[in-house]
Amino acid sequence: MGAEPAGAVRGKGPRARRPRRAGQCWPWFGRRGSMKCLVTGSNVKVLGKAVHSLSRIGDELYLEPLEDGLSLRTVNSSRSAYACFLFAPLFFQQYQATTPGQDLLRCKILMKSFLSVFRSLVMLEKTVEKCCISLNGQSSRLVVQLHCKFGVRKTHNLSFQDCESLQAVFDPALCPHVLRAPARVLGEAVLPFPPALAEVTLGIGRGCRVILRSYHEEDADSTVRAMVTEVCLGEEDFQQLQAQEGAAITFCLKEFRGLLSFAESANLNLCIHFDAPGRPAIFTVKDSLLDGHFVLATLSETDSYSQDLGSLERHRPVPQLQAHSTPHPDDFANDDIDSYMIAMETTIGNEGSRALPSISLSPGPQPPQSPGSPSEEEDEAEPSTVPGTPPPKKVGAEGEGGGGGGGGEGSRLQNSLVPSSSARCSSAPSWPP
Amino acid sequence: MKFRGKIVDGACLNHFTRISNMIAKLAKTCTLRISPDKLNFILCDKLANGGVSMWCELEQENFFSEFQMEGFSAENNEIYLELTSENLSRALKTAQNARALKIKLTNKHFPCLTVSVELFSMSSSTRIATHDIPIKVIPRKLWKDLQEPMVPDPDVSIYLPVLKTMKSVVEKMKNISSHLVVEANRDGELNLKIETELVCVTTHFKDLGNPPLASESTSQDRNPEHMAEVHIDIRKLLQFLAGQQVNPTKALCMHRICHSGKKTLLLRVETNETYKRL
Repeated sequence: MGAEPAGAVRGKGPRARRPRRAGQCWPWFGRRGSMKCLVTGSNVKVLGKAVHSLSRIGDELYLEPLEDGLSLRTVNSSRSAYACFLFAPLFFQQYQATTPGQDLLRCKILMKSFLSVFRSLVMLEKTVEKCCISLNGQSSRLVVQLHCKFGVRKTHNLSFQDCESLQAVFDPALCPHVLRAPARVLGEAVLPFPPALAEVTLGIGRGCRVILRSYHEEDADSTVRAMVTEVCLGEEDFQQLQAQEGAAITFCLKEFRGLLSFAESANLNLCIHFDAPGRPAIFTVKDSLLDGHFVLATLSETDSYSQDLGSLERHRPVPQLQAHSTPHPDDFANDDIDSYMIAMETTIGNEGSRALPSISLSPGPQPPQSPGSPSEEEDEAEPSTVPGTPPPKKVGAEGEGGGGGGGGEGSRLQNSLVPSSSARCSSAPSWPP
Repeated sequence: MKFRGKIVDGACLNHFTRISNMIAKLAKTCTLRISPDKLNFILCDKLANGGVSMWCELEQENFFSEFQMEGFSAENNEIYLELTSENLSRALKTAQNARALKIKLTNKHFPCLTVSVELFSMSSSTRIATHDIPIKVIPRKLWKDLQEPMVPDPDVSIYLPVLKTMKSVVEKMKNISSHLVVEANRDGELNLKIETELVCVTTHFKDLGNPPLASESTSQDRNPEHMAEVHIDIRKLLQFLAGQQVNPTKALCMHRICHSGKKTLLLRVETNETYKRL
């Protein structure tokens, strides 16, 4: 019964008094509970792959342990891509979202830091036996500990920021068009495209063939044209194909590849939900233990597009070519000879011949549809007014994580996600099949 | 002008792809000349000192199962196109395990060479990948610059050692100097020499063999051991060696010193189907 030293700690419950240390903001920290997740075996590599996937999208990782599971989310700087993985509690050997009676943790970590823990997937597969992610309510570091073979233990203490929940409001069920195929099929389909290709157009052609075509912005003063690659897949390759002929969207291939490589390695089916051009496209993978959603902005139509489409139809010199290009594989005997003729300048003294006038798809950069440019939003999107919520998509119903953050601010952020380069001319490619 | 061709044989496709990769490594843009029985890849790079020009010829019937062309006119039944060589090699890369490949001249928005690859797929439907390679049609008046170069009688002509060996030697030499001296004589000896202020390195190859000379007149007064030498840019030589993916049946190197003092080095690679000069 002697006097106890001033800093003594009694009990371990949340209400226990802890000695106050200078420079720390206690009341806030005190309310937050502890989190602990333990991943073992091959799931460690799955987690690592998911982080790699997310790193293709954004620079900050939002980590939120929910009752439903651990959620890892990110959004890109121009708010044109959002990605989220939700790992169910069963994915973990041990999962504790928070200590009872305490608030849920929400934190934001630099993607580079978190990725560095999982940088080498080969190493993860070969040497790591367990991975433990934990946060003690009082500490200011997220601890990721890798238990490796031979008694090696690697501990990473990552600093983080508290933040509001990153929520995107979207609902795949509201999209009229759906495609579902094994990720492997889609992976093979994108192989012919150059790795540096930024954007690709996905559309439904005649005979329900799914067509992927490389998309290049028309650059009026560029003399060097880019090669156009097109891949055509049959309906049989898809497990589900519910879309109209002529439906097409253009999205960022690089961002899509992030999810694709994850889905291929996990051998999952990939589902693409999309709507009209300009509306975001939702890419999902799902299995009993995890859920992945990538929401990407698509190129929107402008008035000039519909005009150009009309003019293309008129000026196109070889309309028969289109009729023959799909669905049957080309047979030389059926090819219309005349359709392959190139009109060549016969007068000597002409410098090269592009005999037909080049058709420009758009007169110049068009202002994006939404009133505010994405870069403006970026500055204001910090926790104070719009706490980390990306612009709600027009399809708007309650999506994952609830509509919490989006409510009052919805009216200010008008439109569907604008494509990543805000100044670009947004004419969708012509889409006759 | 019309052109369309189809390749169905896997080995032919493979060979064609490797040739296109070789071209892509040598030059950014090249000219493709299509005539009724041949395809040529031509590069004409006339620089002030030490440029590279290349002429590659393929017999069409060794590759294509179907081949049809119609040139500029009846008297000039040829087509000259300019394209970015990397585009072609990338398009052909898709065709590694293809059922068939079709290549044709088309005009979709702009003149292009359309390479259409029919791929094997797990399901019954075929999967088709199409590449539209933008091209520029070369006007008739420029054709004369793109003719087959005349091979003048060389002073020395010698068979090259295994190209792989030569490549690894030249690669190491590249780190030391930017110019290389190639010496050869009619006794089957070839030397690769680099000289800098600090060091001088020579690699000797012996017993290489010399091909029989075309004309006897130049040979008489030449001492077989006398070396003919040429200075060339290492990088250009390395480009040529690096691009060699086709196993040649013979590789030759010819030195020529013409009366104006200008020296040329001709490297000639022959396989059963193609021959190529540098």
